Amino acid sequence: MADASSQIARTVATAPPGPFREFWSSFKENRGAVIGLVIFASFLLIAIAAPLLAPYTPNAQFRDHLLQPPVWEAGGSWQFPLGTDPLGRDMLSRLLYGARFSFLIGLVVVGIASFFGVVIGVLAGFAPRWGDTLIMRVMDIVLSFPSLLLALVLVAILGPSLINAMIAISIVLQPHFVRLTRAAVLSERGRDYVTAARVAGAGPIRIMFRTVLPNCLGPIIVQAALSFSTAVLDAAALGFLGMGAQPPTPEWGTMLAEAREFILRAWWVVTFPGLCILVTVLAINLMGDGLRDALDPKLKRS
Amino acid sequence: MLSFLFRRLLTFLPTFFGVTVVSFAFIRLIPGDPILLLAGERGVSPERYKELSEQMGFDRPLWAQYLEYLGGLFQGDLGTSFVTKKPVVTEFFALFPATLELSICAILLAVALGIPAGVIAAVNRGKFFDQALMTTALIGYSMPIFWWALLLIIVFSSGLGWTPVSGRISLMYFFDTPTGFMLIDSLLSGQKGAFLSAVRHLILPTIVLATIPLAVIARQTRSAMLEVLGEDYVRTARAKGLAPLRVNGLHALRNAMIPVVTVIGLSVGTLLAGAILTETIFSWPGIGKWMVDSIFRRDYQVVQGGLLLIATIVMIVNLSVDVLYGFINPKIRKG
Amino acid sequence: MPLLEIRNLSVDFATASGRFRAVDGVDVTVEPGDLMAIVGESGSGKSVSMLALMGLLPWTATVTADKMEFDGQDLRSLSARAKRQIIGRDISMIFQEPMSSLNPCFTVGFQIKESLKLHTSLDRRQRQDRAVELLELVGIPDPAKRLNAFPHQLSGGMSQRAMIAIALACQPKLLIADEPTTALDVTIQAQILELLTGLQQTAGMAMILITHDMGVVAETVRRVSVQYAGQKVEEQPVEDLFDDPHHPYTAALLAALPERATGKHLPTIKGVVPGQFDRPQGCLFSPRCAFADERCRTIVPPRQPQALGQALCHYPLIDGVPQKSQEVTA
Repeated sequence: MADASSQIARTVATAPPGPFREFWSSFKENRGAVIGLVIFASFLLIAIAAPLLAPYTPNAQFRDHLLQPPVWEAGGSWQFPLGTDPLGRDMLSRLLYGARFSFLIGLVVVGIASFFGVVIGVLAGFAPRWGDTLIMRVMDIVLSFPSLLLALVLVAILGPSLINAMIAISIVLQPHFVRLTRAAVLSERGRDYVTAARVAGAGPIRIMFRTVLPNCLGPIIVQAALSFSTAVLDAAALGFLGMGAQPPTPEWGTMLAEAREFILRAWWVVTFPGLCILVTVLAINLMGDGLRDALDPKLKRS
Repeated sequence: MLSFLFRRLLTFLPTFFGVTVVSFAFIRLIPGDPILLLAGERGVSPERYKELSEQMGFDRPLWAQYLEYLGGLFQGDLGTSFVTKKPVVTEFFALFPATLELSICAILLAVALGIPAGVIAAVNRGKFFDQALMTTALIGYSMPIFWWALLLIIVFSSGLGWTPVSGRISLMYFFDTPTGFMLIDSLLSGQKGAFLSAVRHLILPTIVLATIPLAVIARQTRSAMLEVLGEDYVRTARAKGLAPLRVNGLHALRNAMIPVVTVIGLSVGTLLAGAILTETIFSWPGIGKWMVDSIFRRDYQVVQGGLLLIATIVMIVNLSVDVLYGFINPKIRKG
Repeated sequence: MPLLEIRNLSVDFATASGRFRAVDGVDVTVEPGDLMAIVGESGSGKSVSMLALMGLLPWTATVTADKMEFDGQDLRSLSARAKRQIIGRDISMIFQEPMSSLNPCFTVGFQIKESLKLHTSLDRRQRQDRAVELLELVGIPDPAKRLNAFPHQLSGGMSQRAMIAIALACQPKLLIADEPTTALDVTIQAQILELLTGLQQTAGMAMILITHDMGVVAETVRRVSVQYAGQKVEEQPVEDLFDDPHHPYTAALLAALPERATGKHLPTIKGVVPGQFDRPQGCLFSPRCAFADERCRTIVPPRQPQALGQALCHYPLIDGVPQKSQEVTA
């Protein structure tokens, strides 16, 4: 299929650009978005290649080098370029491995939240009035709680661990997908092509997920990008509060929590994990802004 | 307007009942025996267990328990803390002013800086100033505020020694707190330096809590202004010979405020979520820290009651925002 | 001395795909108390040239002119602040969409009095009286009450009347009316035009009416300037223009009037105004002109003398016949 279309594009000079080309040309106009994409891609590579890049395993302790400063400070050495933490573990190695957790969290949370959110949203969009109202009221209830508080309480119910933190954040994030999908479905549902598909004998499931859903994907993809950054932030916050990943997991938020009491003595144990979180989230948000401008000019939410 | 209010109230009530169900379900969803959980790590004697079981009504069917819970709610009874033995409602209202004071300061800061920043960025669209402001806003929007708080403490508290690390006021001062707002109470106390101390304690938590709303408001103001600046009535205002400040700051901004107010209202939820982290880091004795502490102490009666009260506040604020929205948008007010 | 004199006005827009010239070397002269029309299709640059005069174009526009004088003052050299003293007081403008031209968040009264506060020394009380008087002048019933109305509570016709009241607030010397009736119902259109011409006469101000409707022009104005694709193609007193249009485009516009149609079908001008990418080489109208030949398509046409309506044409029409002999004499 892809081969056929690319051949057509080569032979017929006037063929309009495909949807992806069109998207890409407007995405790359946005300098910030491209920078975000580059940073995101490098972090992804780091996450994948962490065992190759890291000088040590994340939990290897060097008892003789507790709280050693980074190499450019007095007392630092190239043995531990970014210094060591209170237990004598290499900061650089832990940070590199930490990238893995952030991406894992982002992917799993966005995967769960968007899958359930989109399915429920499409159902709400096509449901009879009472069903729609019921679904949306339930979503309103979830949205009435401050997201981090609800996530905290859910983790308190499920027990603190990285998996449970991811589940909790997914539950907190999915109403946004439901609302967005439902709104998009409602605006598409009355279009002529849907009627045409119905007349052509398409069943309800096919109409929902094959006819209508692909036309609602723009804002959903944007929301997925923004949720990715929220997920990374919230997971780090839970980790920081001791309700997310548990020590000695080298998750950035958890690392911050462990380092908290040393902030006045060793700035590096606090600065670097937070900087990693900030840069990752910033890169994703830059990309999200670019995606939004490219996919959905009408959607101007912050 | 009245019918609009009425319709809005109609969606408020079912949501409120939903929230009561969630908070009711909370204790029963925690795996393990609720009474042992409630009692925490100290455990209970068998007699006390039976007594508690009857007192809490865990021996009756769920629907009866829920009705009793609702009945208690309407009499202002949200249960009793297992740790302090005080009613949850009493504790909540003792701590709430601290959170309110911090939140008000933060939202004022966010609005006072965010709206001008958004307007300036929109008016200078595409120029250096716009890009610099919006890059800063995006960094603020992406900020892990718990880390931001620690950085500020490193620089301003331990590095420069300008601001205290935690609490609401220096331990040197001791006075009654009739209003619960430290800024007001310290003034009322008449003690020298007390007010200044309260302000110095407020600065860092306010900045930390304001960061994300500030970024969101600036971004939203900019995009709303960009939309409005292309409208015909802005051209009319310029055709009158009005100065740019009046055209942008009155004619355009007044219209751009309609979506911005919604965002400010929505940031109350963000603010309460942020308060959890901010209060924990700065040992600010408000409801955010109270909730986190209670979760760690397994004081689940408090968590249950706090959850309900906080959600109710968020819902009331959202409702007020809708009313305010109708008020600043003449099309709804008189339509 | 003319009230307004503009020579060789050009406006360029910077777009994503390069520069676009929306107005190309236009001259406008308006005497005090004059009543003229600028006529052209959508995209002919007629609004843009007037917005350029008012300084209302977005920052993507570059305005150049050899001369731009109003009431003896060179508008090009004035500071922005000094220019704002003139704009809104001596020159005011009303727009095509009355419903969206009034600010939805403020009452009509506020929007009228705002101009008075800026440009006059009237006190609060006098401004209120003047606002009532203005609403009465533009024919809004129950003016004192309407001052407190929000724009969405007014109909389109009422909104345009309110806009006119704002424009007249400081007794301008020149009123620019940019398609003031296009967005209104047919029945209201005549009322508003009548109101405008009546006010123009009683107030003794000059007025420029921008329109695409030749029918409106015939009944209203004294002088007509026809624009096409950013250029002025002809200018004549209105009777002469209707009697003997010299530019083929003017002739085609007149032929398209229902009143003048002779056959069963209304004649139309085929094609559209050229845009950024399909600008012809020679005469800009040549692709749509019934009389165009090779010369028209390759060579930029000359400006004809006053007697021929300053037509921008190789072969200006006289009594509907193109003067091909020009080619020989020239």
